[in-house]
Amino acid sequence: MEHAEMLPRDTAVQLIDADGSTVADETYAMPGTEMLLAAYRGLVDGRRINDQAGALVRQGRLAVYPSSHGQEACQIGAALAISTEDWLFPTYRDSVAVIARGVAPAEAMVLLKGDWHSGYDVRAHRVAPQATPLATQLLHAVGFAYAAKQRGEHTVVIALCGDGATSEGDFHEAMNFAAVFHVPVVFFVQNNEFAISVPLSRQTAAPSLAHKAIGYGMPGRRVDGNDVAAVLAVLGEAVDRARSGGGPTLVEAHTYRMQAHTNADDDTRYRERDEVRAWAARDPLTRLRTHLTGVGALTAELEAEYAAGAERIAAAMREALNADSDLDPEDLFRFVTETRSPQLEEQWQMLRGEIERTRTADAAPTAQATPIGGSR
Amino acid sequence: MTIAHEDIRIDERSSDVSTMSMAAALNLALADAIQADPEVVIFGEDVGALGGVFRITDGLTARFGEDRCFDTPLAESGIVGTAVGMAMNGMRPVVELQFDAFALPAFEQIVSHVAKLGNRTRGGVRMPLVIRIPFGGGIGGVEHHCDSSEAYYAHTPGLTVVSPSTPQDAYSMLRAAIASPDPVIFLEPKKLYWTKGDVDTSVTAEIGTARIARDGTDVTLLAYGAAVPLALETAEVAASEGRSVQVVDIRSLSPFDDDTVTAAVRATGRAVVIAEAPGYASVASEIQARVFERCFEYLEAPVRRVTGFDTPFAPPKLEHWYLPDVDRILDAIDSLHWEDEA
Repeated sequence: MEHAEMLPRDTAVQLIDADGSTVADETYAMPGTEMLLAAYRGLVDGRRINDQAGALVRQGRLAVYPSSHGQEACQIGAALAISTEDWLFPTYRDSVAVIARGVAPAEAMVLLKGDWHSGYDVRAHRVAPQATPLATQLLHAVGFAYAAKQRGEHTVVIALCGDGATSEGDFHEAMNFAAVFHVPVVFFVQNNEFAISVPLSRQTAAPSLAHKAIGYGMPGRRVDGNDVAAVLAVLGEAVDRARSGGGPTLVEAHTYRMQAHTNADDDTRYRERDEVRAWAARDPLTRLRTHLTGVGALTAELEAEYAAGAERIAAAMREALNADSDLDPEDLFRFVTETRSPQLEEQWQMLRGEIERTRTADAAPTAQATPIGGSR
Repeated sequence: MTIAHEDIRIDERSSDVSTMSMAAALNLALADAIQADPEVVIFGEDVGALGGVFRITDGLTARFGEDRCFDTPLAESGIVGTAVGMAMNGMRPVVELQFDAFALPAFEQIVSHVAKLGNRTRGGVRMPLVIRIPFGGGIGGVEHHCDSSEAYYAHTPGLTVVSPSTPQDAYSMLRAAIASPDPVIFLEPKKLYWTKGDVDTSVTAEIGTARIARDGTDVTLLAYGAAVPLALETAEVAASEGRSVQVVDIRSLSPFDDDTVTAAVRATGRAVVIAEAPGYASVASEIQARVFERCFEYLEAPVRRVTGFDTPFAPPKLEHWYLPDVDRILDAIDSLHWEDEA
């Protein structure tokens, strides 16, 4: 590939503008109506999941939730751009993408609820555990893709990260390894302008994050991250290139985190409300709704059907997360290593004793109320 | 130093048991593992054409091809991080991180992912990978080349941490580490790479077990890695002075073989722990504490430690003052409340 082909465009690829109008592009074709309807349905579900999760945090049912409100087009685009045989390597903010890949919402929330670290079957859904340390999972994606390539499989891996992660050493190492070993990975950076409170200008002095790609010898692409049609087209091209042996691509989506980093964050300290309001006008849902309604593909009946589907997901989330968990304390020891060491077995026996004594103590008030008995 | 791979194969043909250096034993273990399991891959910096800076991977690329043993960009986190992904996808990576301190860029991957992925996924993702790290001093290396980092790894739940002290264990334990479903930090004592011994490739090792390296009745020396031959040398000197010294090769730093160590110390009633690393908050401290907890009523004297100082590892010309030596260990033994000297 020529150097010029590796460079991203000066502006992000857009197929549907903020008003819902079609934007002609000489390289990227508009996805078909069926695909856009599926994407719209995903956006509706994703927005509802974000809203419901926020409510569950306020009710104390989730310990924390990093919302992807405003970034749903990236989430759904990533999930729909790959086939069921491919793999997704997500971060903690990518719950909507994880759910769009088929993981039950309650299972995707297990980490955020505090029951366990990763609640879903990684292999069944082909979704790696949601990574919390930044950029580390990008290397895992590269290694995973390397193994697939060595075996002659056609698996493609999409690895997600945010703009903050591009400052980490592992981001650099992952890009470099992927390009040197020419593995089928698409790095998908959701540039939402902030790493908690620190703006993009403090992450990079590059013209764009996508410009970093040429330094590794891979193509860099910029896409409007609030335009799911463009996300699907650009990711689709990168996935096709990876699958056909063309190697990795870095795709930067320009989007915006509409809410605070998590419920623990106060975003009024670091950004103006005017900025947030300006991005609301570029909302990924409303623009696709306007577009699909305008071309006659989205009817009131379909809207109602999608809304009802999203409500069912939200209801299932509420039901699952309102239920008290039945957790087994022995799980603390069960998965540390394949073979449980004598030291861990000893510690489990100690905890088991504590648990049994606690249960005995819980039952004690009855015994104490009885004049005879007296055993402790 | 170069290990001639043809020599190893000639040795193999001539007998089941061959005499070879620890470096050659490790090389043979890697070659045999590659042959035994198509999913075993070896990679790192300089492991290909050069055969590793200590020549542990000598000849592997030439013999098995770049798919099985290959060089990577110079990036330790990248080496370990990609190994994590390969392990997730069914491979058994064996990676080399050249020197103790050079492994530190990979520390986040090791602690946050290698050690935890099995637990995070409730056993859904296993990490059958081996991270080989040339370990410890005694070779006159300059700064960052001779540290002993074992406490960082042994402190991390989910990691198996082992160190062989003989060519036989080097072979058998590396084969066991590669076969293990759990991630193993495999610490190779640099100072012992060129020491020779018999290797029987049919001997298997069980990770998690200590080894009685020498029988004795008066005092037990607890050591691992390069400290084991030092303990054996000390035992010889002590024997000439009339003391019967037992030596236990800990071999597995995590998990720890409490049964063997406890039985050994109870039998002698006296113990000294020997290690190169700084003693403060160290594996030696942990061993000392465990022995106190399990053997208190059997002890004739406090358990002592002979370790490196709590300083950064010494420059080459001061190294001999830093490292534990026979005299320092004999002094520790002499301090163990001997009745005949009371």
